[in-house]
Amino acid sequence: MKKKNSSSSGLGQLLIPLVALGILIVFNLFRDISFFSITMRVNNSGNSVLAGNLISVIDSASELAIIAMGMTLVTAACGGQDISVGAVGAISGAVFVKVLQGMGSITVSSVIIGLVLCCLATIVFKLFNGTLVAVFRIQPMIATLILYSCGRSIAYWINGDATPQLNSPIISSIGMTIPGIPIPTPIFAVLLVGLLLFLVFRFTSLSLYTQSVGINANAARLNGINPTYIKLVSFILLGVCVSVASIIGVCRLGQLNHKTLLVDIEMDAILAVAIGGNNLGGGRFKLIGSILGAYIIQMLTTTLYAMNVAPVNVKAYKAIVIIIIVVAGSPVVKSKLTALWNRIRSGGPQNAQKEGVS
Amino acid sequence: MADKNRGARIRQREPLTDAQMLMFISIGIFAAMYLAAMLTLKGGFLKPQQIFDLLNDNAALIIIACSLTIVMIGGGINISVGGVIGLTVMSCALFLNKVGVESSFLSILLTFLLALGIGLGFGLLQGFLVSYLEIQPFIVTLAGMFLARGLTTILSVNPVKVQHEAFLALVKTKLKIDWLGYTAKNGNLIPAKIEIGAIVAIAVVVLMYLMLRYTKLGRSIYAVGGNRQSALMLGINVKRSIFWSYVISGLLSGLAGFVFLMHKPAGNASVAMRGEMDAIAASIIGGTLLTGGVGNVIGTLFGAMILATIQKIIALSPLNASWWQEMANGAMLGFFIILQSVVLSARSRGRAKRLTREKAAPQPPEDPPPSA
Repeated sequence: MKKKNSSSSGLGQLLIPLVALGILIVFNLFRDISFFSITMRVNNSGNSVLAGNLISVIDSASELAIIAMGMTLVTAACGGQDISVGAVGAISGAVFVKVLQGMGSITVSSVIIGLVLCCLATIVFKLFNGTLVAVFRIQPMIATLILYSCGRSIAYWINGDATPQLNSPIISSIGMTIPGIPIPTPIFAVLLVGLLLFLVFRFTSLSLYTQSVGINANAARLNGINPTYIKLVSFILLGVCVSVASIIGVCRLGQLNHKTLLVDIEMDAILAVAIGGNNLGGGRFKLIGSILGAYIIQMLTTTLYAMNVAPVNVKAYKAIVIIIIVVAGSPVVKSKLTALWNRIRSGGPQNAQKEGVS
Repeated sequence: MADKNRGARIRQREPLTDAQMLMFISIGIFAAMYLAAMLTLKGGFLKPQQIFDLLNDNAALIIIACSLTIVMIGGGINISVGGVIGLTVMSCALFLNKVGVESSFLSILLTFLLALGIGLGFGLLQGFLVSYLEIQPFIVTLAGMFLARGLTTILSVNPVKVQHEAFLALVKTKLKIDWLGYTAKNGNLIPAKIEIGAIVAIAVVVLMYLMLRYTKLGRSIYAVGGNRQSALMLGINVKRSIFWSYVISGLLSGLAGFVFLMHKPAGNASVAMRGEMDAIAASIIGGTLLTGGVGNVIGTLFGAMILATIQKIIALSPLNASWWQEMANGAMLGFFIILQSVVLSARSRGRAKRLTREKAAPQPPEDPPPSA
């Protein structure tokens, strides 16, 4: 009951992530103001690009933000999370590389064909997950546990043990920057995916249907919505997001490593969804919250790196900050804080009691 | 008398609950798989030692699977168990090396308490956050996993090998059973060997089974997982039950860490990596539902044994490559999950059909009217 209250108001859900982001920014302002400096720099391939911690935060959070959007949809519709996104991302990257290698030369058209084929392959795998969830009524986490445990092996099988290299200006312009445009391309990919989803929600009833299926699938069915179909659609959209993210991941490094591509991203994506104030039990959702969550996670990681924390130890500090964020966002703490705030505003506990009586 | 009859009639109509059904399916599958392995692979599978080996190698997995079953019955989830094992193993190994190589039994006891203490600490913190602050359990325990893994690497990035002699002697201590042994080719009798960890794991399964079935706390956990609102209305302290389920889970993960160290006396940053997923899979295969209220630790034991047997079979079969192993593992997991779902839905359909048939049939007269 309390959960509903906390997420019903429009800004209420976004308050905690916004405050968290704000605190991170203020913390960095006091720690080292040069964290925010943005400079123009010439990169290896001779293009002048924007550089700086802030740019690198927005740039390297791209895969996470894209997957978090898809994850939000699946969470909202199915009331559970897909933990196979990293493994399926590895498969999708393997398909992309395989197609490009099969075509021989890397041109714009071959990249587009690779994109389409890898999207299709990812959708097939996601439909497998989706069918288990929607038709066989298996809990999403368990249904996706199958591909979580064997997805990277399938990627290995597709591409062999090698880590194939992709050397081409087209690949680097997808993964890094297009010559002449100083902003990293992955940022545009986030904008594009976000815009697409926004348009889909704006001109169809998918958002409403997803929420109603997530809140009560049976009630939705009685109202003429097909829950199976809605759940499958959410998995298909997640599949598209995963394949875009995996292509960015492959192009960023210019190579495919099935062991490290999008590794552990499922946990971060679920975290982003939760930090964004979305209920992991399904129902109401806000895409913008999840995107904010993704940037908060990346901001945190980059801040920790800037503070010279060793990469393997980052997890511990991250955990502490996450616990603080979720404690601040918890319904109990929120209602206690609101009560305290009301008491302070009305001047002393006696007045508050009087107000309560009247 | 009449009441008793009525109870018997109701029991007859519903011979097995869904959870029991799932448990029996997993036991049956385990038996079938083991038989198939005995017939086709022969070798080690013909000896009783193989079962004990499975128990010895997977004692820690069985314990964390039990701990997950308890949390899942209460409607939550705990994905920090693998991380807690890693942290426990690392800190115990460092502690044992710090106290000196030839110190006494007391230091082993202290290590044991350290392991339980780490688990208890995680259990208390996570239980408090989940039950009293109403934060989503997935996120709390995900943070717990990050914390445990991060602390492990802060303690030491490099593998730490235990040098403590008394502890190494404890590692080598095994229960030997002569009559389950076999005669080697040179005529020597080799007794069946059971490690202490395996005995601890079985003890944990039995204890947790009794706890869930017969204590107030255990029954409250079932009630809370089944329907939180109804449990609240029945006067069950919902928050306290959930809190204790996480505390028990944390304690068991600490214990599992100690058991792991007794099996492989070395700390390593990648100990029990993905252990939580194996534990979840074991619970699910054993018939526990993630939605809560349904489950059984005996089923979990067999779930863990099924996973262990799959790995053993693949390791002994010609497809002995890690990626084949993972793929076969996934395929088998998928098979089980789909089988469970099909069986459950067939049963519920059968029940619905029976209900409609009973409704359609004319009600039989309850008692012959007392005619004159």
